[in-house]
Amino acid sequence: MTSYLKIDHVDKSFHRGSRETEVLKDVSLSIESGEYVSIIGHSGCGKSTLLNIVAGLLPVTRGAVLLQNQEVNEPGPDRAVVFQNHSLLPWLTVYQNVKLAVDKVFASTRSRQERHDWTMHNLELVQMAHAKDKRPAEISGGMKQRVGLARALAMEPKVLLLDEPFGALDALTRAHLQDSVMAIHQKLGNTVLMITHDVDEAVLLSDRIVMMTNGPAARIGEVLEVPLARPRRRLELAANATYLKCRQRVLEFLYERHSFVEAA
Amino acid sequence: MNMPVRKGEALSIASSATPAEILRLNVAKPSFLQTRVLPALGTFAARTLPPLVMLVLILTVWQILCMKPGATLPAPSKIWTEAYDLIVDPFFVAGPQDIGLGWRVLTSLQRVAIGYGFAGLVGILLGTIIGQSVWAMRGLDPIFQVLRTISPLAWLPISLAAFRDSQPSAIFVIFITSVWPIIINTAVGIRNIPQDYRNVAAVLRLNHLEFFWKVMIPSAAPYIFTGLRIGIGLSWLAIVAAEMLTGGVGIGFFIWDAWNSSRLPDIVVALIYIGLVGFILDRIVAGIAVIVTRGTAAN
Repeated sequence: MTSYLKIDHVDKSFHRGSRETEVLKDVSLSIESGEYVSIIGHSGCGKSTLLNIVAGLLPVTRGAVLLQNQEVNEPGPDRAVVFQNHSLLPWLTVYQNVKLAVDKVFASTRSRQERHDWTMHNLELVQMAHAKDKRPAEISGGMKQRVGLARALAMEPKVLLLDEPFGALDALTRAHLQDSVMAIHQKLGNTVLMITHDVDEAVLLSDRIVMMTNGPAARIGEVLEVPLARPRRRLELAANATYLKCRQRVLEFLYERHSFVEAA
Repeated sequence: MNMPVRKGEALSIASSATPAEILRLNVAKPSFLQTRVLPALGTFAARTLPPLVMLVLILTVWQILCMKPGATLPAPSKIWTEAYDLIVDPFFVAGPQDIGLGWRVLTSLQRVAIGYGFAGLVGILLGTIIGQSVWAMRGLDPIFQVLRTISPLAWLPISLAAFRDSQPSAIFVIFITSVWPIIINTAVGIRNIPQDYRNVAAVLRLNHLEFFWKVMIPSAAPYIFTGLRIGIGLSWLAIVAAEMLTGGVGIGFFIWDAWNSSRLPDIVVALIYIGLVGFILDRIVAGIAVIVTRGTAAN
């Protein structure tokens, strides 16, 4: 049986002159369609590298990434990325930022009017239609991240890649945005691969949590299933036994067995 | 005075827990003249008065220094009387070689427009290539760094030999003078495009042309305009020098001609023209930069 997205024995090393740094070692992971998978690990463990490999922004050293049995080795709109620092183009308005993606991806398949409607539809999905004529500098960090999400969703990706999408936000905005992402995932059934360093976020959002060991030569240490029914509500889960148990497992992994070692 | 009574009322209202009454003071509403016109006039005066005062001071000192008999340079009053027709009417035509300074400036500007236009085009394209390609930078940057220090006038004999005509030679001198800062600043701007924007373009699979127009140019625009602004200043410097040597019509040649016929007042008037036109050119490019780069600087 083959899975939807398959990361198959991926090694990644960086060369700087004659020195070789091994970042990822023998990473294998299968993700099913519609699944929400989080990758968690200490900073510097190579989780962003792994995401960039799936996005096609970095080449693998050994192994392969397969999406629907097709090898992935260059970036493309079928694996849309929501970047940590939003990466909106500051000279374009909110609408134009999303429209740029829509125009590029659906240039030949949809009419002008359809592309406009689709852009507005995705802005409404992330509740940003009211700010469509604002520039990124004029909206808050959380709003920028929403627009980044709308841009990624508008590409109708096969896999949505989230690179610490809530990392730069304050706690309240983050919670609000997490709820939005959950609602959108519930509604559209996207396949999501998310990088995070926040244990609560991982448990709340994911179907499975992939825990990475510390680098160099990081590998997958443990994979935890989160058997919580959806839709999930953060207040109800705060006292839920399964939730707390999952949370504890992740914390144990991160702080007991693989506690962060400061690089020399 | 009824202040104490009012105070008592306010206290009783607060204690009986009914909504507090809002007391309004009757202040005469300021008129449009007071709110808008007077402050605007004030700022205008604060901007324009200091340079005017300094100008009057400088002219006075100049007048005093050059008034005594035997002074080598003309005093402002002498310039005013002797070069009166040049000052008051920039666009007279009295003969093939006796035309107003406005016409001469326009001829020079035309040369600058062609040379600077080419420099902008070539500079942005070459700068983009150098900024994008490490190898193009390694190969070309040292050469450019040497070439850009060469004085505009040193290029003139070479270009005269190559083109065998003064008009294209002058244009070439403009081009070669102003192209370097445009190339170098564009290259820096392209090199400084954040990796994030490149990633976005990669995920969207923008082709080279789309990437150039939709990401590179807007992202590097502040740098490009810095180069363009230095470039326009340099080309205006160069055209005067080039025209002094090549002759024909133009503000530079006018100065040289006036010097040969000992018309010092005319030269002073021409210098003021050159200064003002250079200032206006710089303002125009700076103004375009503000409009074009709106929203680019802030992130």
